[in-house]
Amino acid sequence: MIGTWDDRSTAATPLAPLVEYTLGLGDDALVLAQRLGEWIASGPQIEEDMALANIGLDLLGQARALLSYAGELEGAGRDEDALAYLRDERDFRNLQIVERPNGDFAVTVARQLAFAAYQYELYERLKTSADATLAAIAAKAVKEVTYHRDHATQWMLRLGDGTDESHRRMQAGLESIWPYVGEMFDAEPAVAELATSGVAVDPTSLGEPWAAYVDGVVAEATLELPEPTFHGRGGRHGLHTEAMGFLLAEMQHLHRAHPGATW
Amino acid sequence: MVTATLATDARALVATVPDPELPVVTIEDLGVLRDVRVEDDGHLVVEITPTYSGCPAMEAIRADVLARLRAHGFDDAEVRLVLSPAWTTDWITDAGRAALREFGIAPPHPVDHATPARHAVVLTLSVRCPHCESPDTREVSRFGSTACKSLWTCRSCLEPFDHVKAL
Repeated sequence: MIGTWDDRSTAATPLAPLVEYTLGLGDDALVLAQRLGEWIASGPQIEEDMALANIGLDLLGQARALLSYAGELEGAGRDEDALAYLRDERDFRNLQIVERPNGDFAVTVARQLAFAAYQYELYERLKTSADATLAAIAAKAVKEVTYHRDHATQWMLRLGDGTDESHRRMQAGLESIWPYVGEMFDAEPAVAELATSGVAVDPTSLGEPWAAYVDGVVAEATLELPEPTFHGRGGRHGLHTEAMGFLLAEMQHLHRAHPGATW
Repeated sequence: MVTATLATDARALVATVPDPELPVVTIEDLGVLRDVRVEDDGHLVVEITPTYSGCPAMEAIRADVLARLRAHGFDDAEVRLVLSPAWTTDWITDAGRAALREFGIAPPHPVDHATPARHAVVLTLSVRCPHCESPDTREVSRFGSTACKSLWTCRSCLEPFDHVKAL
């Protein structure tokens, strides 16, 4: 029987708060990098193939740094590979928004704008973290994410304020992603505590600056802000949508089939 | 001091290791090489920093640095990746910029610290064509063949070229 989203006993194996926090940020980047990889050789045009692949590569680099650090903090001998390839679904702590299927290009653009804008606000504040490693990772990441956010912005403007067809599909893209936006700013007591010591960034503090940016882009793209009828949540506690299992199967099966292989 | 000389010699050796992707520039020119020092136990440490978080060249650079050191008798050396301070294109030397230009890659503009990252399109200064030097160029794709570059084309001589993005 699946518990409610905050029923910890049915979800992830509890770890020290800073480990969980770092894993969450790392899993966000890892899962989205995996999704963006799916666009390679399938992009609407070759320049977009390169763009999405490059964005995915930046995210993968962030994921490697964050997962490696989480493993170090945990002190149980798990490195970035063990964490990426050998954890089961309920031990992944990413937000649900990053595991959502790519959909058509408009769905991807909606997700990229929402998530890159979130990462921008997060890293902009995390770069002054009391934890030197998180601060260093964030200081690099915020510069890369600025380009990611700008890329999504340009596409949203072009598609929203485009033809009837592009406008229709861009609006539909927003509608499919917006139920997963709220989770980015959900309160997490353990994180709030880490935030008071200056180590983490309280996600509830990011909603306003995020909206100040995103709402403006949506309006300028002549689109309407969706009013979602449900609020996806539970990702930070190991509860994921149906899409996650398939994503992990594809991402992990090679490593699991040949444990210890290198080349 | 012996250790100071050792570090200086080692630094001179590794500074000229070329970037694996852009072999006309060295890791020193790019600002990727951060420090070379001998620690108290006589162990040589070389610090390098990644350009972008996901830069795939780091492992190749590490291997090249260790190989060069070993070839000159430095057997007890270690290459460490440091993330802080964050790499910036402002660290690329004038020699590096000239080498990039000669190789057909437009070097980066100085990073604009005054303008906070803002809504919509970030205005960029015109990029001069590294082949014919015309400023009449246009961006084809913000993301290019590597994480650090964008793809441009010249309206004057019609040649495409890469441009290193300001970071």
